Amino acid sequence: MTYDIQAVGESELPVEPSAVRAAEAQKAIEGKSPWVLAWRRLRRDRAAMICLGVIIFIVACAIGAPVFAAITGHGNMEQFDTIGRTPTGLPVGPNSTFWLGTDSLGRDLLVRIAYGARISLFVGVVATAVTVAGGTVIGLAAGYFGGVIDSVLARFMDWLLAVPFLLFAISLFSVAVVHPIFGFIGPGLPIVIIVLGFFGWATVGRIVRGQVLSIKEKEYIEAARALGAGPWRIMFIDILPNLLAPLIVYSTLLIPATIVGEATLSFLGVGVQPPTADWGQMISDASTMFLYGPWWYLVFPSAALLITTLAFNIFGDGVRDAFDPRGDLYV
Amino acid sequence: MARFLIRRVLQGALVLVLMTFTVFVIFFLGPGPQFVARTLAGKAAPQSEVNRIASQLYLNKPWYDAYWHYLSGLLHGNLGFDYYNHVPVTTTIKAALPITISLVIGAATLWLLMGLATGILSAVRTRSIMDRTFTTQALFFYSMPTFVLGLLLILILYSYLTTHNVPIFPAPDNWIPFSQNPLSWAHILILPWFTIALVSAATYTRLTRGSMLDVFGEDYIRTARSKGMPERRVIIRHNLRASLTPIVTQFGLDVGTLVGGAIVTETVFGLPGLGYTAIRAIQEQDLPLIMGIVLVASAGVVIANMVVDILYAVLDPRVRLH
Repeated sequence: MTYDIQAVGESELPVEPSAVRAAEAQKAIEGKSPWVLAWRRLRRDRAAMICLGVIIFIVACAIGAPVFAAITGHGNMEQFDTIGRTPTGLPVGPNSTFWLGTDSLGRDLLVRIAYGARISLFVGVVATAVTVAGGTVIGLAAGYFGGVIDSVLARFMDWLLAVPFLLFAISLFSVAVVHPIFGFIGPGLPIVIIVLGFFGWATVGRIVRGQVLSIKEKEYIEAARALGAGPWRIMFIDILPNLLAPLIVYSTLLIPATIVGEATLSFLGVGVQPPTADWGQMISDASTMFLYGPWWYLVFPSAALLITTLAFNIFGDGVRDAFDPRGDLYV
Repeated sequence: MARFLIRRVLQGALVLVLMTFTVFVIFFLGPGPQFVARTLAGKAAPQSEVNRIASQLYLNKPWYDAYWHYLSGLLHGNLGFDYYNHVPVTTTIKAALPITISLVIGAATLWLLMGLATGILSAVRTRSIMDRTFTTQALFFYSMPTFVLGLLLILILYSYLTTHNVPIFPAPDNWIPFSQNPLSWAHILILPWFTIALVSAATYTRLTRGSMLDVFGEDYIRTARSKGMPERRVIIRHNLRASLTPIVTQFGLDVGTLVGGAIVTETVFGLPGLGYTAIRAIQEQDLPLIMGIVLVASAGVVIANMVVDILYAVLDPRVRLH
């Protein structure tokens, strides 16, 4: 017990053998688990909490996208050729009917942006989950087994970090357009998630491998082995829980990077395909015409994208500081 | 040192060979055996052309024969033939490379200067208003997608200023070689340079600041100060030098990636460099050209990393022993 309290830190409670004291100490321990401590620190970080609010708002917009369509009375794919476009065929600016203006096909930009949040958040979360899961399993295996497996994986990670990511993504796409790769990977959302996951896991793998190398020398791992636990049990039951904090921090910071990755692929025309509403694609379409006047078509989707990534990055920084106030866990 | 050099060059060569194999897998095996020649020839090519390509590239032989043929072609400097434009791929790449390199050199110089300067100032005056400004600004540009920044710069600095009779910045979609007129060259490139530099510098601000703050905690900094060494010298000679290692690593990676990865900036500003050419090649379904560009870009990354590692070994003798 005494040992636990010291390990958790801060508490100077003298533990006395009376039952009352023991119960109090128990309470103090429960109140100060690393998770609770981290959450308390995060709560005190005003910038991070504001950004959490912004993230919740964006998620609400994504889920409630049909609400925007209902309020404005403009469908997601609905084209307004007469009122949504100028006689020369350009988008119309923000007005009382179209609050944020329209796009090149006369669709309501506000509704499209709300729907676009769905793709960004979906890819951001799913691709990050794929990346982190893959990197964790491979990093665990490399760190725990060492030897040949480790060297092969290390070389593979080196190779992966040397790959020009965007170029490979677009070449995969260009092959997939003509004929699905290996017969089943066609263009669109799946290829975006596969590409982002495939090129992202190596960094996670490196972090996990490094941590596993030091954890596997600890006494409790030796104890587990002495009790007859197999490698899988040790890796996933004994080692993995110790990695959760760095993994959570890394995931929060990876989400904005993934969102930018997805938007970039769509901007280059190799991501989500029209007519699905997507921020990167809207900006790409706007880039061909904003010099002729429709600045709103460029500015509003860009602002949506920037606010999202900024909110996730500031929140992620807050989460990192909360888990590691001294800032020496992650370099 | 010689042994280190040889080992490092061999490692780089191994990665490059792996890369050619990857390209081969994606383009030759990815579409499935009967579709390769069709994919390479393009959708519109007649069947006779498809058959000719199949035999030319050994596609009717087992895959290892085709790969060997491809690899030996590469070793002879033959990156393949562009069936869409009917020129060798190397010709197109030779025309595009100087543009990308101009972009990379200018942007890298800028971001290194900006990132280091803001990082050092932030670390030296921690928690001052200046530090807060620089860290916030770094976080802002760190979150900024490159294409958004590029387009906003065009919107504000070119479009808005020009329509308000302050035409300081040139229109996008222009290119003037350095040899023709260095001043116009720099003038055209200034917005693309800043687009890449602002986004990249953010990482360097954060990296330099963090790394220098760590080093300030070291004993030898205290020793240097207690000897009465001037603070400027402590910062530059003792701290900055030791903090440079992670920055050099990052720089090598970034410059390498940028050789092929200036795609976004080149597309936004209409600069016909490697990335722009790759995007155009995709629209034209011109796969041999994409393969060539991917390989050249990969070589850029590998070489940049090799140079960084060798630089390391020169700076820090301990590295050679590993």
